[in-house]
Amino acid sequence: MAKHQEPGRSAQRPGQITRRQVLAGAFATVGGLTATACRRSSLIAGPEAPADPTKVQGLPPGDAAGRRSPFVRLTREAGWTFWSYTPLDSIDGIITPSDLHYEVHHAGAPVIDPNRWTLTIHGMVERPIVLNLDDLRRFPSFSRIVFLECSGNGPFAWRGAASPEDTAQKLVGLTSCSLWTGVAVSTLLREAGVKPGAKWALAEGSDAAVMTRSIPIDKLMSDAMVAYGQNGEPLRIAQGFPARLLLPGWEGNTNVKWLRRLELSDAPFMHKEETGSYTDPMPDGKVRQFTFVIEARSIITSPSGGHTLQGPGFCEIRGLAWSGRGRIKRVEVSTDGGGAWLPATLDEPVLPMAHTRFRFPWKWDGKEAVIESRAIDETGYVQPTRAQLVKARGTGSKYHFNGIQPWRVSRDGKVTNAGA
Amino acid sequence: MARSRTPVHKPVRKLALLAGAVLLAAFPAQAGDQGSLGIGRAATTQELARYAAFSVRPDGRGLPEGRGAAVEGKGVYTKTCAKCHGPTGKEGGKTGNRPTPPLVDTRPFKVGLTNATVGNYWPYSTTIWDYIHRAMPFDHPGTLSNDQIYAVTAYLLYANRLIGERDVVDAYSLPKLRMPNRDAFVPDPRPDVP
Repeated sequence: MAKHQEPGRSAQRPGQITRRQVLAGAFATVGGLTATACRRSSLIAGPEAPADPTKVQGLPPGDAAGRRSPFVRLTREAGWTFWSYTPLDSIDGIITPSDLHYEVHHAGAPVIDPNRWTLTIHGMVERPIVLNLDDLRRFPSFSRIVFLECSGNGPFAWRGAASPEDTAQKLVGLTSCSLWTGVAVSTLLREAGVKPGAKWALAEGSDAAVMTRSIPIDKLMSDAMVAYGQNGEPLRIAQGFPARLLLPGWEGNTNVKWLRRLELSDAPFMHKEETGSYTDPMPDGKVRQFTFVIEARSIITSPSGGHTLQGPGFCEIRGLAWSGRGRIKRVEVSTDGGGAWLPATLDEPVLPMAHTRFRFPWKWDGKEAVIESRAIDETGYVQPTRAQLVKARGTGSKYHFNGIQPWRVSRDGKVTNAGA
Repeated sequence: MARSRTPVHKPVRKLALLAGAVLLAAFPAQAGDQGSLGIGRAATTQELARYAAFSVRPDGRGLPEGRGAAVEGKGVYTKTCAKCHGPTGKEGGKTGNRPTPPLVDTRPFKVGLTNATVGNYWPYSTTIWDYIHRAMPFDHPGTLSNDQIYAVTAYLLYANRLIGERDVVDAYSLPKLRMPNRDAFVPDPRPDVP
């Protein structure tokens, strides 16, 4: 048993192991097992490879060697025609590869010629200005790791329409995290000169929906960015090439892609995406509007739905946590269906408004188990259960579901959605 | 302005001086303005005029000239909208494999019991004109004339029993219509759970 329990920690539970035991190699000889496969592999059968790669010259430097190995398959899974999910259970760390960043479009992803693209800043400003991409890149720039999550990430769980077969990708795959590079919106607004009385700005995209959201000026002046870079390269088409709005911690759709203008105003424009869509009807007849912030959420990505544990033994539980209100302070994991909650290890870096990787050492004893995680952010907010959310908000909203996601590990090792 | 005390600030000061010089060239009328780096160019009146009809607001600002009534809009609806939203707008439908919402429900909005449509859910009538103008019809966005948009807006309001069949909808009358679900909308009260 653990000799150095943390203060307030309950006694060790069956199947619970301590870091000390892991460090001591306590499981090196468990049942004589080799490594227990307890995560989904992205490896596939590939083409013919040399029997001994040390005996033949390899690929020359260039495109072929820069690609993903043909033995690796990582893909987004399409939802309906206008969104696709990040394979959360197949990627490591906190950065989502750019081509795997989730996407939601309202009228497809437009292909835009950067030489003809401009950003106009006008309305309640001293000097209406037009910037081209070169102009944008001349402004002082900075980079920041920020998650984006669609407010509709998990509508199946809201409506109780989830299935036991659901995967982490399908249930929660509309969240991704990138290193974004761009210009502070406050810099751009200073360039144009904000007139007194300006309280909101209309952000408008140049897709076929000419998608808009009204954004409070306070957010634009505090930490908003017009981003042109993602993970070291120009934005991908699906992420708004050549430039998008980036509002750390706010629901994905407000981060308007293919941004063509910002129009400052004294009031919100009340366009479709902030009235007919992306609003939250409540059981009492009220409709919540401008529900911008993404509240704290976490999910165990391995093992998770669709995985199969090969046998009892050590299985590191891994997952992601994030909050639109700041840093993740703690993630707790339960392996007994919510009875006992123990703290997981948070991997550095732990950044505000960014995916945070957590890990938790677990020894599966071969019996049925329900594993789940809950995030606590720096404001003290604790990720709720689905039952708590439904009690407060009913099931009429499609948005802002952030309930705890339980996974059931059956005796045969199959992992299914216990929230269904 | 405080003098910089460390060398670290020098480049910033230089930048500010440089910015001032560039500013004189770029915006002679506002020479001497602090805070501008002189990047980009002034927007022309013609450029801004292109965006005017994309800036529609609940008080009617941004609505262009033009007019229409439901009697004219019915034809526009049948020709350009019905294939996705259904013959009368009550049905909804599909665009490819993507569900297309119904546009007509004359019952007061009740979550889970009625559809949420432009008539019983949307809080502002101007939003209907704006959304058709910016994004519809889905297969040929931006192809309807302002008159056609006013007319089909009138048809949808009529079908939702909010105006008469011959009532004229234009920049003057549209913002005056108070939508039935307007008072339901409230600010974000979160955190509300647990």
